[in-house]
Amino acid sequence: MRRPTRTEARAARTAALFLLPFLALFALCFLAPLGYAIQQSLLRVERTGPLGLGGETREVWAGFANYSHALHDDGFTAGFARVLLFGAVQIPVMIAFATGLALLLDAASARWVGFFRTAFFLPYGVPGVIASILWGFLYVPGISPLHEMAHSVGWDIDFLSRDAVLWSIANIVTWQFTGYNMLVLIAQLKAVPTELYEAARIDGANAWQVARYVKLPLIRPALVLTTVFSLIGTLQLFAEPMVLRPLTNSIDSGYTPNLHAYNQAFTSDNQHIAAAEAVLLALVACVLSFGFLRLVGQRPRRPKAARRGTPVRRRARGGAR
Amino acid sequence: MSPVSTVTEPEEPGERRGTGSTVSAPAAPPAPARTGGTAKRRRAAGPAQEPPLAHRVITVSLLAVAAVYFLVPVYWLAVSSTKSTSDLFGSFGFWFSHPHPIDNLRAVLSYDDGIYVRWFLNSLLYAGVGAVLATLLSAAAGYALAKFDFPGREGVFNVVLAGVLLPGTALALPLYLLFSELGLANSYSAVLLPSMVSPFGAYLCRIYAAAAVPDSLLEAARIDGAGEVRIFSTLGLRLMTPALVTVFLFQFVHIWNNFFLPLVMLSDSDLYPIQLGLTSWQGYADRQPELYQYTVGGAFLSVLPLMILMGVLQRYWRTGLTEGSVKS
Repeated sequence: MRRPTRTEARAARTAALFLLPFLALFALCFLAPLGYAIQQSLLRVERTGPLGLGGETREVWAGFANYSHALHDDGFTAGFARVLLFGAVQIPVMIAFATGLALLLDAASARWVGFFRTAFFLPYGVPGVIASILWGFLYVPGISPLHEMAHSVGWDIDFLSRDAVLWSIANIVTWQFTGYNMLVLIAQLKAVPTELYEAARIDGANAWQVARYVKLPLIRPALVLTTVFSLIGTLQLFAEPMVLRPLTNSIDSGYTPNLHAYNQAFTSDNQHIAAAEAVLLALVACVLSFGFLRLVGQRPRRPKAARRGTPVRRRARGGAR
Repeated sequence: MSPVSTVTEPEEPGERRGTGSTVSAPAAPPAPARTGGTAKRRRAAGPAQEPPLAHRVITVSLLAVAAVYFLVPVYWLAVSSTKSTSDLFGSFGFWFSHPHPIDNLRAVLSYDDGIYVRWFLNSLLYAGVGAVLATLLSAAAGYALAKFDFPGREGVFNVVLAGVLLPGTALALPLYLLFSELGLANSYSAVLLPSMVSPFGAYLCRIYAAAAVPDSLLEAARIDGAGEVRIFSTLGLRLMTPALVTVFLFQFVHIWNNFFLPLVMLSDSDLYPIQLGLTSWQGYADRQPELYQYTVGGAFLSVLPLMILMGVLQRYWRTGLTEGSVKS
């Protein structure tokens, strides 16, 4: 029954024509560097000549030596532990914050919604580097009005101390991306059929119950999406510590895995180790994001509250018919 | 089913929104107008049961507190951009002190033969050209993946999806090593080429094209004798416009905000985008204290256009933002 007709062959050709430009660049900018990184990570530079000092250098097979070097480098693994801790705290806080704001803006009791939504979303237009320069000025004791105000009420806080600086960075990231995540959640809320709210209201649900038992389960897919993107973003943390680094000695050259790989490549001139670190980073990002998706993907397709057939839900179905 | 597709695989677009109420078009595109309409209808349904005053006060107070958090740093930046270097360090940060915004503006724009303007134009070039081309390539790819049946289609789609989950900065470093072997590093194309690929855009366009471009219309055009390229450029692109706007905006902001890629790719400061230029000023500020002021003033100037853009365009962003996430 399956034999390619002329129409099908033509369709395949046309599809190839449309796909080719994208796929060519995708191969150049995604697949090729990945392959190149893997290849580079398996090589090392060997110097020839007396005492290995002079003359020629050549690349020789290194096996997994670069990986083992990276994994035994305390600076690199500490950076990993740091971003994982960062993600474990910052992502839930930010997503909860964004969810709260989205639900508040969506509530019937909200006013000046347009103004607030714009105000919350504005920091997304501030690039990470600028945001870090900006918050850097608000953290440094000599300049920061926040520091000055805290000091005047007898609270001496050092935003850039060894213990605090990670959370100061978390604050920059939260400031930047909460509004964006909120907008994604609002978009999902707006896609929910109005009848559902009306049905819940008729059933006597109050504003809190509507938010908790109707809206929250319905925006779960958007919550998953924003969490995964935040996870990938967290692992790539770079600009913020890079910009804050000159301001404090609490941030070392391997503060995050990315910073470590960057310094391996450009400061220490260890391209092969940097390649191994980049591969490890991509690997961890994939494992974590796939793992998270699998974790949440195995749940029932419909949120539990809705599936149990609560009065709200049943009425909603009836109402929508 | 791979884990990615369990969450991102769309279902039939018709059944996902407004179940029942808008059945008129089974394959109706997720039109932006409808989301707006929903909000309005909800408001309009309200007046009979206006929420109690206490609720409104609490809600608005919470929103106001959050607004202070998000706006205060921007306010600080605006105030500080009007100060002299000594006032930047010597006066209270949240209030004006001898403001002279025009002089500062002139100083920022003219420093080092107007390098700031060049950086700004570079950013505009990278983000503008990169985003336009990325949108077109994504549109073509998404259209092909949605509207043509060919062997290996799902395989291609899954590879593209995996690209969405790959951390960009992990790739930037090997990409630099690769580009330097090809002699491409430290050039406009070193930043532009990677900016022209958006796996997320291709993904979004596929979802949207599947919903918004009816097969029957394409068939009709084919019977009328239109070529495939023409069908795509006249029918496909037009029907996909809301998704394309989203992809363009996403990619524009993504490129504009991207720091790592230009940082590793570029060594010639004439090629710098604005972010990279400002960090280089900040780096020199130890030796030239007036650069602190230029960094602040330049930062303020650089965020103005994008923030205005955010404010104006955020309503259009909603279309498609969740196309990828809707599942049940």
